[in-house]
Amino acid sequence: MTSPGGVAAKATEQDVASPSRAVPGLGPRYLPRVGLVALLFVAVILPFTLSNFRTFQFTQVLIYGIALLGLNMLTGYNGQISIGHSAFYAIGAYTTAIMIDRWNIGYGWTIPVAGLLCLVVGFLFGRPALRLEGLYLALATLALALSVPQILKYFEHWTGGSQGIVLTKPAAPRGLPLNPDQWMYLLTLCITLLLFVLARNLLAGRVGRALVAIRDNHIAAEAMGIDNALYKSVVFGVSAAYTGIAGALSAVAIAFVAPDSFDAFLSITFLTGIVIGGLATISGAVIGALFIQFVPNWAQDISKAAPWAIFGTFLIVFMYVMPHGIAGFCRLMWIRLTAPPVTRQEPR
Amino acid sequence: MHLFKRFLALLLVAGFFLAGPGAVTAQTVVGVTATEIKIGNTNPYSGPASAYGTIGKAIGAYFKKVNDEGGINGRKINYITYDDAYTPPKTVEMVRRLVEQDQVALLFQTLGTPPNSAIHKYVNQQKVPHLFVATGATKWNDPQHFPWTMGYQPNYQTEGKIYAAYVLKNVPDAKVGILYQNDDYGKDYLKGFEDGLGEAAKKLIVLKQSYEVTDPTIDSQIVNLKNSGANVFFNITIPKFAVQAIKKSHDIGWKPLHLLNNVSSSLGTVLKPAGLDASKGLITALYMKEITDPQWKNDKGFQDWMAWMKKYYPEGALDDQSNAFAYNVAMLMVQVLKQCGNDLSRENIMKQAANVKSFELPLLLPGIKVNTSPTDFAPIEQEQLAKFDGERWVLFGEMYDASKK
Repeated sequence: MTSPGGVAAKATEQDVASPSRAVPGLGPRYLPRVGLVALLFVAVILPFTLSNFRTFQFTQVLIYGIALLGLNMLTGYNGQISIGHSAFYAIGAYTTAIMIDRWNIGYGWTIPVAGLLCLVVGFLFGRPALRLEGLYLALATLALALSVPQILKYFEHWTGGSQGIVLTKPAAPRGLPLNPDQWMYLLTLCITLLLFVLARNLLAGRVGRALVAIRDNHIAAEAMGIDNALYKSVVFGVSAAYTGIAGALSAVAIAFVAPDSFDAFLSITFLTGIVIGGLATISGAVIGALFIQFVPNWAQDISKAAPWAIFGTFLIVFMYVMPHGIAGFCRLMWIRLTAPPVTRQEPR
Repeated sequence: MHLFKRFLALLLVAGFFLAGPGAVTAQTVVGVTATEIKIGNTNPYSGPASAYGTIGKAIGAYFKKVNDEGGINGRKINYITYDDAYTPPKTVEMVRRLVEQDQVALLFQTLGTPPNSAIHKYVNQQKVPHLFVATGATKWNDPQHFPWTMGYQPNYQTEGKIYAAYVLKNVPDAKVGILYQNDDYGKDYLKGFEDGLGEAAKKLIVLKQSYEVTDPTIDSQIVNLKNSGANVFFNITIPKFAVQAIKKSHDIGWKPLHLLNNVSSSLGTVLKPAGLDASKGLITALYMKEITDPQWKNDKGFQDWMAWMKKYYPEGALDDQSNAFAYNVAMLMVQVLKQCGNDLSRENIMKQAANVKSFELPLLLPGIKVNTSPTDFAPIEQEQLAKFDGERWVLFGEMYDASKK
């Protein structure tokens, strides 16, 4: 699990930390930035060129992207495997739904509250989880994923039991000439950008290196003065917060929450997304989100009888061709194309 | 050349006027052309509820039969069904795809209470007919607030009331023990039953036990119910647990008056696995012919169904009541479209769906008729009690009609 991430992370380090290796001249160095700006431009004009239904689908991609980024921090960068992130997604969604439905609070306020609540829950869960490594942690988080839907049914007075809570889809603020789908998309895009910039700043610097160090060799990390316990539980909290915010946004976008929306399979889907997208990469979260949103639909269009078999085939092919995920694959290609000729010389 | 253009234009205009009325009105209606009508559906083909997916497939098989026989008023049904895996967010996405991208004329038999709850508001805002939803919840019969959504089967609360009426009338010193699934389905039954008992409910119900659908067994609940001294057992369980409950109570020698919910009344999938001897004396409320019950072997409706299954849906299971359910409800859909004639506007589809009068379906119990009106969006409201005699369900008592209570 750690090796593909390891390679990809090394690539990140090379990109960020050693500009001296880059080819002199503007082209290759500035191309990624130009690409980013172009991508942003496309993202902004998207809702004005697509149908409402497609806009809604891309809103879901952004929401998944946030959740995947959260999980990638924990699993990709820090090496803690979680099959429980559907639980944080559910907690975020229900926090928003209950605040809107029972207390009539504006949805805008509920999203940061959902994030904060998940930060605390994640941190607290991360504490005892410190004692669990690898597969044992995965099992503990699986328990979380399995129990949350049932707990939601138990507090029926708040959660509406298995009937769930029906919300109203928000309209754009007065004065903005946008329909609800366009508004929801742009709002989600802003939150996504904010969270991605925050994550990048967090992961590209000291904290990111510490997380990777803990993943690769926690004893060595400890010896270098990294507080393993603190980093591990904080990253658990932050990861849960990201996923919780994604859950909150999904509650607003779907305008309905029910325990059936948050089964353990959702966690597996998230995990699939980060592995396919690329472990320990930030762009991998978006790519993974595109994958989990659209590929199951394509699989269904190809074969009604066995869509998951087709999906499984896609997965195997992707893992075989791009073992470091799509982002990792692109990065390797990029390095290979732009690497200075020195590296290609025969050894003396 | 100039003259030719003018002539062509004239010809086009004339053509429009001649072909006009029919073609133009057909174009303004969504999802309908002169040769086709698009019907959208979501079903759980994967995920925890995928056993129900056979309903979506069987409906497609029935529409294929209709198309083979020439369609409805010359229009073939283009049936588009997507997998929602029983998860509400996926249902929302797929239903939006059906409505906004595929541009279906109507939605039919979308399956499950949570999935339908998620799209309830949306379809009513979009004014898309949302017909004969596949869930037994009570809330689909609300034409005043949701004029575009209509249920189909008798709801669970109604059925609960039927058992309550039976207990009040026939068991003078009743002590009732209840086992129910801890979700909306179980609680709907429970509510109907308690409402039916009314004031007496607190006194008569001695113990309520619940289970989760993910539990492996319910043995301990059955033992608790026996020890409570209950002499009436209201069994609100899905087939898997119904088998266990019937077996276990038989094995530990508990012989209450056993009321089994309709959900698990299948001879082939419940009573036979539980043991026909152990099942003797069970009472249930029926609205459909149990396809595994030998008494219908020579029934015309059953034989037609069998012939259709063999020809159009050979991979479907012949002991799965869901396939009979799908056959019936698809037939009702076709009836509504026939009633629409050539006006397939969404308004008229809804109007005709609310105008079904004493329509009989081949696999409903004899005497049960489908009736709807602008104030009654519950198509099937009749049920009859039946007792298992060790071989078949024997109908008894009068037909219960919820619309008349």
